[in-house]
Amino acid sequence: MNKCIERLYNGIIKENPTFVLILGMCPTLAVTTSLINGAGMGLTTTVVLMLSNTIISMLRKVIPAEVRMPAFIVIVASFVTMVQFLLQAYLPSLNNALGIYIPLIVVNCIILGRAESYASKNPVLPSLFDGIGMGLGFTIGLSFLGAFREILGSGSIAGVQFIAEEYHIRIFGYAPGAFFVLAGLIAIQNKIRLNHGKKVKELPSCNGKCTECEQKCDNPTGKEGE
Amino acid sequence: MNELLHISSNPHIRDKATTGKIMLDVIIALIPATIVGISVFGLKALLLIIVTMISAVTAEAVFQKITHQKITISDGSAALTGLLLALNLPVSLPVWMAVLGAVFAIIVVKQFFGGLGQNFMNPALAGRCFLLISFGTAMNNFTIDGISSATPLANLKSGMAVDISKMFIGTTAGTIGETSAIALLAGALYLLVKKIIHLNIPLAYIASFSIFVIIYCLFTGRGLDWEFLAAHLCGGGLMLGAWFMATDYVTSPITPRGRIVFGICLGIMTGLFRFCGKSAEGVSYAIIFCNLLVPIIEKLTIPKAFGREDEDNE
Repeated sequence: MNKCIERLYNGIIKENPTFVLILGMCPTLAVTTSLINGAGMGLTTTVVLMLSNTIISMLRKVIPAEVRMPAFIVIVASFVTMVQFLLQAYLPSLNNALGIYIPLIVVNCIILGRAESYASKNPVLPSLFDGIGMGLGFTIGLSFLGAFREILGSGSIAGVQFIAEEYHIRIFGYAPGAFFVLAGLIAIQNKIRLNHGKKVKELPSCNGKCTECEQKCDNPTGKEGE
Repeated sequence: MNELLHISSNPHIRDKATTGKIMLDVIIALIPATIVGISVFGLKALLLIIVTMISAVTAEAVFQKITHQKITISDGSAALTGLLLALNLPVSLPVWMAVLGAVFAIIVVKQFFGGLGQNFMNPALAGRCFLLISFGTAMNNFTIDGISSATPLANLKSGMAVDISKMFIGTTAGTIGETSAIALLAGALYLLVKKIIHLNIPLAYIASFSIFVIIYCLFTGRGLDWEFLAAHLCGGGLMLGAWFMATDYVTSPITPRGRIVFGICLGIMTGLFRFCGKSAEGVSYAIIFCNLLVPIIEKLTIPKAFGREDEDNE
């Protein structure tokens, strides 16, 4: 079970597909004009990712290595088709808003990437949780992107307008705005996650012998005299 | 004079020109256009110019302070960006939009890419295009004497007659600094005399654009319509763009042949934007688009070093 929680953490924070791996940029930049669209795209991808990871993991000993890519694509495409039929039937407005990007989930590199690097080598349950984690990470990324773009570009959140028309910065609704917001969000989370930009702690002179050293510095080499 | 002689490795001949002096000269050259703009459009124009310049300088200072860089506002480049941006705005624009444009120009276009000398496109024009895309209605609301009216270029596009003498002096609708061709030409003359800019980019730009207009006239059955050509040369941002924006040191090619190529690209793009595009104006988009071509143009037009002319024969 521990493994499964680790997979969730990995997908949502450590290897977040939008902010860390920078995967699946096509839907990320194209459909995140609003919170609903972003979250809808993210959740649709999550469903496909969960199902495809599970099935690919089940079939991992059956699929011959030489033809694994076509096999993965067939599995992913089947689920995408099913999900699209469901969206057309029950959420036609979301389906219209996402348009061509639903069928394009088939070639989304997050899904093929997880199939290739995780699901095809690991048991079913961790693969399922890997799919959930990655999918939720993607959903969170797209939702944030969509929310910021919607607030700045059309002055509303989830369709509820609260900023008057004349204060809308409409460029955020177009493609350049997607790049601005994505870059801004990546910069903010890098600032939080990494130590970049922080001042290096001043330490008393280092003699290069880390094994004898009692200071806890940021750069222990573990080797002497280097 | 002795301070100009150094015993050192080359370069041996030093010039007194500094970034600050060049920027100051360009600002001086823009003063006629600014004065005409203020006298035609009123005190709101002065307010917009001051606010835009102050916000550009403040944005640069704050960003450099936060990122622990040397603060370089005293070189005047941020003030010049602010002034150029303000001259590219319609007088009716709300002040906060102008502030936003200045902050965008300085922080996103200039500082994010490494500050002065590293920006890949003209910050003032990128700021204008940012505002143009974001606030299309406000940016296209041109007033003169408090009355909304179409710009001469928009009138031309819809087939109406325009008064060229008014366009030359500057008493037409348009952005604050672009309307008066004569004031801009006076400023350009000052820059040419001071050798801040060279003729090659503006001439190649204006000449290729004129040829484009003439060809357009011939192909659309207008015949040789000199008034139409003159109106297109005086109208819109062409004079401001050709003399003050396209000649920006950072975003124009450094090779002599490259500058000609750059000017021709500008002329063709401006023509395409004006005649084939939806909007009547095209100078700003043409310049920032050609700014992006500069690295390729420079790569293709590197002059041959002395004594290496037979390299092609190998």
